[in-house]
Amino acid sequence: MKYTIEDLESKAKEVRKDIIKMILKAKAGHPAGSLGMTDVFVALYFAILNYDLQKPDWEDRDRLILSAGHICPALYATMAHAGYFDHSHLWKFGDFGGMLQGHPHKGFLKELETTSGPLGSGLAQAAGIAYSAKMDDQRFRTYCITSDGEQQSGNHWEAVMFAGKNNLSNLTMIIDRNNIQIDGFTEDVMPLEPLADKYKAFNWSVIEIDGHNFEEIINAVNKARAIYENPTAIIARTIPGRGVDFMELNPGWHAKTPTKEQATKALKEIRNMQGSIKEYGE
Amino acid sequence: MLNKKLYLNPDALNSRKVEQKHTRDGFGEGLLAAGGKDENIVVLTADLKDSTRVNLFADAYPKRFIEVGVAEQALASIASGMANYGKIPFISSYAIFSPGRNWEQIRTTIGIDGYPVKIIGAQAGLNIGHYGVTHQGLEDIALARVIPGMTVLVPLDYEEAKKATEQIAKLEGPVYMRLNRAVGPVITTSKTPFKIGNSEVLWSGKDPKVTIIGSGPILYEALLAAKELLKVSIDVMVVNCHTVKPLDELGIIRSAKTTGAVVTLEEHQVMGGLGSAISEVLSKNFPVPMEMLGVQDRYGQSGEVKELYEEYGLTKKDVIISVKKLLSRRGI
Repeated sequence: MKYTIEDLESKAKEVRKDIIKMILKAKAGHPAGSLGMTDVFVALYFAILNYDLQKPDWEDRDRLILSAGHICPALYATMAHAGYFDHSHLWKFGDFGGMLQGHPHKGFLKELETTSGPLGSGLAQAAGIAYSAKMDDQRFRTYCITSDGEQQSGNHWEAVMFAGKNNLSNLTMIIDRNNIQIDGFTEDVMPLEPLADKYKAFNWSVIEIDGHNFEEIINAVNKARAIYENPTAIIARTIPGRGVDFMELNPGWHAKTPTKEQATKALKEIRNMQGSIKEYGE
Repeated sequence: MLNKKLYLNPDALNSRKVEQKHTRDGFGEGLLAAGGKDENIVVLTADLKDSTRVNLFADAYPKRFIEVGVAEQALASIASGMANYGKIPFISSYAIFSPGRNWEQIRTTIGIDGYPVKIIGAQAGLNIGHYGVTHQGLEDIALARVIPGMTVLVPLDYEEAKKATEQIAKLEGPVYMRLNRAVGPVITTSKTPFKIGNSEVLWSGKDPKVTIIGSGPILYEALLAAKELLKVSIDVMVVNCHTVKPLDELGIIRSAKTTGAVVTLEEHQVMGGLGSAISEVLSKNFPVPMEMLGVQDRYGQSGEVKELYEEYGLTKKDVIISVKKLLSRRGI
C-alpha cells in the first residue's frame, strides 16, 4: 500500500499518542527523543523499508538498527502500527516478562534486529551487517538510527572510520539532531558542530533535513540509495518532545515520565497537531 | 606418571629435549584449517595481524580478512553485526584490549544475543616479559567468565590451541580464548583427545594426595613438580583444565574426592580466575583444603619469563611448597 504524506502525518500522530500512553503506563521511558523521531520511524516503516511481516527474518529485508535504544517507545509503537505485533503489548512496555523490554532486547522480541541501549555501538553493528552484505553481493540496505548525544562516543567514530574506509554505500545512518542529551544541550555538554563537516572529512556523504518533513525524509533516503561512493549520514534536525508544547526543546524531558495531568495535556496537544507539521520545522 | 591414554609427547617431561612452540601458532594454523572448511568464517583484527597469527588466514583468504585498525570497541561490535548477518567472526587482539578495553561491547553486542563471535586474546599472562605491565593481560579470564553464555578456553600448548580453534569454529555462541606470547613446551600430540568442557588428568601417581589443577602453558611447572615430588614419594595428580567455562564440575569433584586437597595454578589474578571457579564448585559440592597460585592482587612488570614466574610465585618450586603445605594441613 502506498501512503500519502497526509496518511503518514496521521500515522505519526497516532504513534505519538501511543508513546505518551506507553510512558505514562510504564512510569518510565524517554519521551523527548521518542516524540522527536516519530516521523522518521513512521517514514521508515510506511514508506522506505523493505520487509515482510509474514517472514520477519526474510534474508533480503532491509535492516534497521536502532543504536539509540532509549527511544524504543517510538520504534515499538511504529512496529505495532506496521503490524508486527498486537497493539496491546504497548501497554506492557518494560513489564516483567513482556516482549517490549525497557531497552530493546532481541531475545524478547525476535523481530528486532539487535539488542541496544548503551550508546555508541549501533553504528559498528550496522557497519558489520552492511560489510557482510557487500561481501555477498546482497542488495538490501542497512539503516542505523543514532542520537546526537552518542556522537560524543569514541566507539562510534571507530565505526564511522570503518564505514568510510570500506565505502559502505549500502549503509545509511540517520542522526537524531535534537540538540539535547541527559545533562543538557549537546553544545554545552560537549559540542558536536560542525557535525556535517566532520562526516564529510571521514568520507561520508551528508544530507541535512528537517526531521519532521516527510517529503524531506523520504527524498533524503532515496538520494542516499543513489550514492554509490560512500555511506550517507542524514542529519535529521528534530524537535525533542515534538508535538507537546511543554516538552519541546526541553532537556528536562529527555528521560522524564509525565504526570497523569501532563499526559492528558500532551495527548490533547498531539490531537491538535494534524496539519501543523510544516509550520513547526520552519 | 604421565597418563598413557592421552598419547602425550613422550619427551614432555624432558625439559631439555621437549619441543617449544607458541600457542598462537597453533591458533593461526587451526584458524587456517577451519577457514578452509567453512566459508562463513571471517577474521577481524585490530592492528595485530602478525602478532596474533591471523596473517596465515589473511594470506589465504584475503576477502574474508578485515582490518579495523586500533579500534577494539568497534572490532567487537562490527563482529556482532557480521554474526547477526550469518558470518562466524574471529576477532583477534591482545587480552588486555579485548576483552579488556571492549568488555561492555562484548557483553552488550555479542553476549546478550549469544552471537558466535570468537574472541581471541593474545599476549595473556606474565609471559610477555619485556613489554611489561600495560600489556600483561592478567584479568581477561575473570572478565570473560562473568558474561553469561561465554565459553572460556585456555589452551595448554600449541597442539591444544590448534584443536581448540578448529572446535570453536563449529561451536554455537560466543567464545573467549586466551593465548600466550612466549613459547611453551609441546605436551600433547595430535592424537591427544580434546573436547571443550572436559578436563584431563595429565599425570597421576598410584595414590595421589593432592590435585594440581591449572590451564595454559604454566601448567608445565606442575608437571615438573609432580616428577620431582615422585622422587620423594609424594604422589599427586595434575589436571589440565583448558575449559574454564563451562567447567568440568564432575571431573573436578571426582579428583578432589580422590586426593582430598587442591592446588590451582594460573597466569592470571587469583581473584576471578580458574582457581576461583574451582573453589566455587568445590565449596558447594566437596570442600577440600586449597592453595591458589596465581598473581596475588598485583600488577605485572618487565623481565625475563623465568624471572617473572619466580617473582610472582608460579614456578615448580612454588607448586611443591603448596603441595607440602596442604599435606601438612591434612596431617599427612
